Amino acid sequence: MNETTGTRDYDWWLLAIVAAICALGVVEIYSATHGSVLVGMHTKQIRWLVIGFVLMFVLSRIDYHLIMDQAPILYIVGISALAAVLLVGHTRFGAKRWIPVMGEFLQVSELVKLIIIIVLARFFAEVRTDELSLQDLIKAGLLVGIPLVLILKQPDLGTALVLMPMLIVGAFLAGLQWKHAAVIILIGVLMLPVGWHFLKPYQKERVTSFLHPEEDAKGSGYQVLQSKIAVGSGGFWGKGFGNGSQNQLGYIPVRYSDFIMSAWAEEQGFKGVLLALGLYMALLLRLVQNAQRAKDRAGMFLVMGVTAALGFHVLVNVAMVIGAMPVTGIPLPLMSYGGSATLFVFLAIGLVMNVRLRRFVN
Amino acid sequence: MLARRFRVSYWFGNDNRLPQERLAAASYVIVGMITILLLGFWKLQVIDSDKYGVMAERNRVRSIPIIAPRGRMLDRDGRVLVDNYPSFSVLLLRDDMAAVEKNLPAIADGLGLSLDDLKEQLSNTGALPKFQPIVIKPEATPGDVAFIESHRADIPLLEMLMVHRRRYLPGGFMSHASGYVGEVSEQQIEASNGKYRPGDVAGKSGLERQYNDMLVGTDGMRRVIVNSVGKEMGHLSQQEAIPGKQIQLTIDYDLQQIAEEALAGKKGAVVALDPSTGEILAFVSRPAPDPNDFAIRVSKEEWLRLNTDPDRPLLNRVTQAQLAPGSVFKIVMATAMLEEKVPPENFTTFCPGYATFYGRQFKCWVYGKAGHGVMDVHNAIVHSCDVFFYNIGMRMGIDRISKYAKMLGLGARTGIDLPSEEPGLVPSEEWVQRVFHRKWYPGETISVSIGQGAVIVTPIQVASMIGGLASGGDFKQPHLLKDLQNVGERRVNISDSTVEKVTQGMYGVVNEGGGTAAAIKLQGIEFCGKSGTAQVIGENAKTRFGKGEKKFNNNAWFVGYAPRRDPEIVVAVLVEEGGHGASASGPIVRDIIKAYYDKKAKKGQGQTTVEFKRYDLDGDSREQIAEQTKRAVKPEQAAAAAVAPVSEEKPRPE
Repeated sequence: MNETTGTRDYDWWLLAIVAAICALGVVEIYSATHGSVLVGMHTKQIRWLVIGFVLMFVLSRIDYHLIMDQAPILYIVGISALAAVLLVGHTRFGAKRWIPVMGEFLQVSELVKLIIIIVLARFFAEVRTDELSLQDLIKAGLLVGIPLVLILKQPDLGTALVLMPMLIVGAFLAGLQWKHAAVIILIGVLMLPVGWHFLKPYQKERVTSFLHPEEDAKGSGYQVLQSKIAVGSGGFWGKGFGNGSQNQLGYIPVRYSDFIMSAWAEEQGFKGVLLALGLYMALLLRLVQNAQRAKDRAGMFLVMGVTAALGFHVLVNVAMVIGAMPVTGIPLPLMSYGGSATLFVFLAIGLVMNVRLRRFVN
Repeated sequence: MLARRFRVSYWFGNDNRLPQERLAAASYVIVGMITILLLGFWKLQVIDSDKYGVMAERNRVRSIPIIAPRGRMLDRDGRVLVDNYPSFSVLLLRDDMAAVEKNLPAIADGLGLSLDDLKEQLSNTGALPKFQPIVIKPEATPGDVAFIESHRADIPLLEMLMVHRRRYLPGGFMSHASGYVGEVSEQQIEASNGKYRPGDVAGKSGLERQYNDMLVGTDGMRRVIVNSVGKEMGHLSQQEAIPGKQIQLTIDYDLQQIAEEALAGKKGAVVALDPSTGEILAFVSRPAPDPNDFAIRVSKEEWLRLNTDPDRPLLNRVTQAQLAPGSVFKIVMATAMLEEKVPPENFTTFCPGYATFYGRQFKCWVYGKAGHGVMDVHNAIVHSCDVFFYNIGMRMGIDRISKYAKMLGLGARTGIDLPSEEPGLVPSEEWVQRVFHRKWYPGETISVSIGQGAVIVTPIQVASMIGGLASGGDFKQPHLLKDLQNVGERRVNISDSTVEKVTQGMYGVVNEGGGTAAAIKLQGIEFCGKSGTAQVIGENAKTRFGKGEKKFNNNAWFVGYAPRRDPEIVVAVLVEEGGHGASASGPIVRDIIKAYYDKKAKKGQGQTTVEFKRYDLDGDSREQIAEQTKRAVKPEQAAAAAVAPVSEEKPRPE
């Protein structure tokens, strides 16, 4: 086998889209924080982006088959890390999600997302039938279920939820049968009240305030309302860079991170949203294209796992910003400020590059 | 290396048949998802954009009222009687009740309030709209301000509002004239056509209420940019507050001070006025509440106490105490007799100390000691002989008495510029018929003749009556506002000889040997007057319940004036349960009239009282001012005070 791959085989279009989205993010982080105590946050974000780029290229060089080969070990490492974070993790913002690595706090669950993508890809690649059997479906469910419960324990509902679309998309591509899908949806609906019981009070509050925003004008209902005001008041043309009052005066909650789309929409208006969401659509479609051109099913599952995770992030985050979904604390990939989340996205794209680089190789 | 390769190929089976249809479906899902999100943005940013634009503006801009200070009240010499001081009110924002409940203990602790009181206040104001903040502490201390500022981020529920609080002279000084302010009631808000907002301050009584429209200013408005925790980030526009108009009163602080001191610890009223203009120089009703207590907020308990106090501190005795005038009423009788010539002017009667009318014995006030002997009208006034006036009353009949009483201003409001003045009552045959549906008993006329029975008057009426009579029937509307436009005037036809006779009588009361108030005569001043000692309850009941008990003591009246004709000053004093009019109330009248002339003499010599500048009453100096003014009033004391420190002064260490 010839493993030499040239630079021309990288997906330069994908990289261009990623770079454009990152640029929008840095601009908006700068606008949201330049006049506040958080000033300088955009340079920190650039640092994360640079590290992410490097890691992406490093990861793309290692044949994904080799990586997938280590899936069982990665899985065990991931589960152990999740267990460790619960025992000795660093508590910030009321949740145990962080472990210190080289002077920075990293969210273990971001790494685990990556591992689950790899593990699921390997699992589904090994299913050789055209139709996914119930037995395999349950096995896949268990593979995801264990880390999911551990992440919920942190508690981090948002990240836990991201594991679901990975499973669903993987199962769908592995030949999920419609009757199984119907049964799972039915069970899911029936389990909703039980799941409700396990939610933390603040999570319940987010859901109720989403359903009845008027009852909670200052809590998370307030956050969503302020976000909607920011978005709506931006109008078609936007208020201009650095001119969004909702953004600059701090009415938008965590405007540099989870609600960065709200700040962007206020200052850049609908035209800016069109650009941003257009870029995200291009990114996701480009990912699907890479999946379609993958050399094998293993590569396809890997790329689609990444697509599912990123697509879900975009959907849930942007829908939250316009008040169409409850507040779950899921950042917007590549735009929101955040070290762990940014690194996760670049590593995930590194996997995609990896698959692409080897599409003609055999 | 080989082994690893083998393992890889073992599991991945090199299956390159991809589910292209399902991958294509994923693309459609992505396009659909982005489209739906864009539609969401379209709805917010294009369709509902105006609505959210308004909301963003409302977030950003906060209108903060700038409270206009109320106008000050000055005395006739320009000394400050009522002014304002700046203060901060602590407001609790109640939009988010959950946060309020959560932070309530911390707030109570930080502001030094009782948690239970706070909770009660919250539940009491539950009916008010949520967006309307409530005042939880009307006067913030520097510590409170620091607490609020340092907790802006974690307790964003507290706001401060700069307000101007009313400051009155301490101890209830002049409080029945000045009145007090308070938060507007809901009825006032409704009646004001949008002029008042909840929490606004308006005059509740006295001059504060009478001249409220003058005293209130127009609040200004400041539009500022605030950030999400309410911190001001910039400022858009400012409309300055227009302060209320300052009003000058006719009150003379010096005379007022003497009157206040004279009535301290007593129950009664003092009113001094210049009958030639109607200007009121001193106005005291005691007991009096300290309106500074209401300037912030009166507690429920305090309010209840004030309302149920048997001494009725909220009653303005100058204009609202309606009491039997006693012998002061004999001036009405004498006037009526001399005008009607019934009986003729030279009528005399013999007073053995009592008289019998309609089968009942009526005592003269000297009963038991001696009689007055032969009395004509002059001596009857000087000695206040009851028997003489019983006879006059019997001959004249109630309706003629009533006519003259009303002519002299009794039974009707004087029109003083204060709210809620009482009219008193002058009985007549028509009145008993209308109110009690019975005939007037002639015996009642006998009682009325000496100012007992059904006739009741207020101190301001007494002062106005005597002033008008001595001015030859020229009645000026008593008033407290210095530049009151269109002062009411009433001219009454009384013959000059009547005025002369009656005023001679009142001169005799003070200046003749046997006069009832001979003890208070003043050297070099034509000081005239009439005493009155009015029974509070019937003489029979008094003996039954034990004589001499203060509870049944007589009301002591004295009305004095100077000079005898066309007086410059009239002083009416009522001391409730004070005993004998001439001895309980007379000296107060004398002191005020003396002070009036002393001050006038000084002014005449080009000398002014010690301090005539405007005082800025900044707390500590208030006591000092009272002290200074006292000195100004009593020059001999001032001189003594000025000398004493010199002799005691120690050499300064240089």
